[in-house]
Amino acid sequence: MKKLMMSVALGAALGMVAGAASAQTLNQVKTRGVLQCGSNTGLAGFGQPDAQGNWTGLDVDFCRAVAAAIFNDAAKVKFVPLSAKDRFTALQSGEVDVLVRNTTWTMSRDTSLGLEFGPVNYYDGQGFMVRKKLKIASAMELSGASVCTQQGTTTELNLADFFRANKLKYEVVTFATSDETTKAYDAGRCDAFTTDASGLYSERLRLTNPDDHMVLPEIISKEPLGPAWRHGDNQWGDIIKWTHYAMLTAEELGVTKANVDEQLKSTNPDVKRLLGTEGKFGEAIGLTNDWAYRIIKHVGNYGEVFEKNVGQGSRLKIARGVNALWNKGGLQYAPPIR
Amino acid sequence: MSSIDARPSGATGSDSRPHVAFWNNPKARGVLFQMLLFLAVGFLAYAAASNAIENLQKQKIASGFGFWNNIAGFDIGQRLIPYETTSTYGRAFWVGLLNTLLVAGIGIVLATLLGFVIGIARLSRNWLVAKLATVYVELIRNTPLLLQLLFWYNAVLKALPEVRESLALPGGAFLNTRGLFVPEPVFGAGFSLVLGALGAGFVAHLGIRRWARRRQERTGQRAPVLAIGFGLIVLLPLLVYLLAGQPLSFAYPDLGRFNIRGGVQVYPEFVALLLGLVIYTAAFIAEVVRAGIQAVSKGQTEAAYALGLRPGPTLDLVVIPQAMRVIIPPLTSQYLNLTKNSSLAVAVGYPDLVQVFAGTVLNQTGQAVEVIAITMAVYLTISLATSLIMNWYNARKALVER
Repeated sequence: MKKLMMSVALGAALGMVAGAASAQTLNQVKTRGVLQCGSNTGLAGFGQPDAQGNWTGLDVDFCRAVAAAIFNDAAKVKFVPLSAKDRFTALQSGEVDVLVRNTTWTMSRDTSLGLEFGPVNYYDGQGFMVRKKLKIASAMELSGASVCTQQGTTTELNLADFFRANKLKYEVVTFATSDETTKAYDAGRCDAFTTDASGLYSERLRLTNPDDHMVLPEIISKEPLGPAWRHGDNQWGDIIKWTHYAMLTAEELGVTKANVDEQLKSTNPDVKRLLGTEGKFGEAIGLTNDWAYRIIKHVGNYGEVFEKNVGQGSRLKIARGVNALWNKGGLQYAPPIR
Repeated sequence: MSSIDARPSGATGSDSRPHVAFWNNPKARGVLFQMLLFLAVGFLAYAAASNAIENLQKQKIASGFGFWNNIAGFDIGQRLIPYETTSTYGRAFWVGLLNTLLVAGIGIVLATLLGFVIGIARLSRNWLVAKLATVYVELIRNTPLLLQLLFWYNAVLKALPEVRESLALPGGAFLNTRGLFVPEPVFGAGFSLVLGALGAGFVAHLGIRRWARRRQERTGQRAPVLAIGFGLIVLLPLLVYLLAGQPLSFAYPDLGRFNIRGGVQVYPEFVALLLGLVIYTAAFIAEVVRAGIQAVSKGQTEAAYALGLRPGPTLDLVVIPQAMRVIIPPLTSQYLNLTKNSSLAVAVGYPDLVQVFAGTVLNQTGQAVEVIAITMAVYLTISLATSLIMNWYNARKALVER
């Protein structure tokens, strides 16, 4: 009775914290039959629902890959749109199983929020967008400008650092969602709009006249974006990490969505281990041995997903740059599967 | 307790009370149950708190109030007290709180004025005025405040010119998308004398008004209170100002490369929020005022007319004082609503307590439990303080029964 009363009380008073204690996320997801994925409220190329409610984007495909690995069905994901300021609370409280929402991995977030950050699925940096008619070529000319940004982001902090370090004056206007921020910039409230460079390309397309705006060359910060999950569930962390690594490994080995069935017959030991025709790597992370096969079959390898969502196959046309594989001059590097 | 106290009429004397078992004594039982309830609630609160702390520690989420003195690292646009990137989270809290109080304070005053005007207009005998007031109330009262705020913010912003095409207003002010820039008053050395004269004039005016009212009640003679008041409150400080060598100058705003420098900036976010809150709350206050006036029986007005009072003094001396007794309690709720609704600031980017503290600070520190608890405590304090003041005012205005 006492125990019951206690749990009822806590459920009511602090459901937030009570639900999240180190329960096995994988078991919860399996029982529920669907993965709850914390997503952006709408950022083209990364996470955005279309008119029919179908989500697309690089981060969205990451969630689909995790769902594919667990359920052999990339559609078993429920996307929970979260604003920048609500995202960590939603993850801490167990409302979402994993947060894949172009979230920057920083030391304080990693150590004091009760979260773990995974492999970086997009290396980014913060930039500025301004109107072309201001005729400025560098962020150093922004003295006295007013800048619109989204609150609860590393962007807000980097912005303050940048202007402080360069002894420039400015005025900040912060909004709760990227949508409000973009609208205010579009309405002329601010001279400059700042967020991660990838976000700038994406938001620019939503302005009334995208061609009237330009992105300044300066990148003022490092923004390693990647998934986050609750501290203490290492098995779940392994699944998140190796989902990304499997997609990288597949790209490295030339395994694609189109040829993955054919590759099952491959004699290359690396491919065999990846696709589960040799070894028991899937079981080691609590899944079936064909986990990576499922990911590639349903979602594709990292390169395919990148090009489709943010690269040449998309409206954003972002170059691979630092997000190329390590052997092609980029930073994306997966530990070997063995 | 009072219902438990009602004993059978025969058992009032202490001697005649029959001896009953403890659990059959209604009074003792009442105390026991109250103690049990108190313990249960206390235990519940304790259990919730200790469980939260335990779980936070287990999940390695930082807890406690140590973050208060940490460096905030972010900037805030509108601030009433000095604040920099290197200030603490505690400082950010005060900036947000003052912004909330600013918009709530000005909002309450303006909403009251507008609400009274609209409320009286609804009862006007002029058909057009009455209908316009009705349309205003029904339109504003029946649409969500959030939508209205967004409307004002976008309407205000879209209508304003860009910085380079700033609208120059008379008196050296500018209006553009960044807001309204007005000359900043710079107070000279002798300005405190002027303020002192103003205060003294005000106090003297109150004293004279009181004396005049007493004399009128006693002798029926009226004194020119208005003229004396004008002299004391306006002319006296003006004289001191001139004698002290005009110790007030203005720093005029000046068009810079991007923005206007100098002067006082009234942010569009503030204007939008204030407009939204005032217009919305005024509609409710208008209804409260109308109800209050209609609650005064028609016989009172007729009696006043019969005594030869004109409509103006009738409203002023007979209707309003009686209506106030009905108006004040619901008016208090409207003040509380306005203050709490100011937390919608987050939608228009106004840095109020919720936006700065429960938004950015919560996110940067990740300490949701502490931050939300503090925010709730602050709103509770503001609301209780407002209620206290209004209850005191209500008690003064209430019908004194003899």
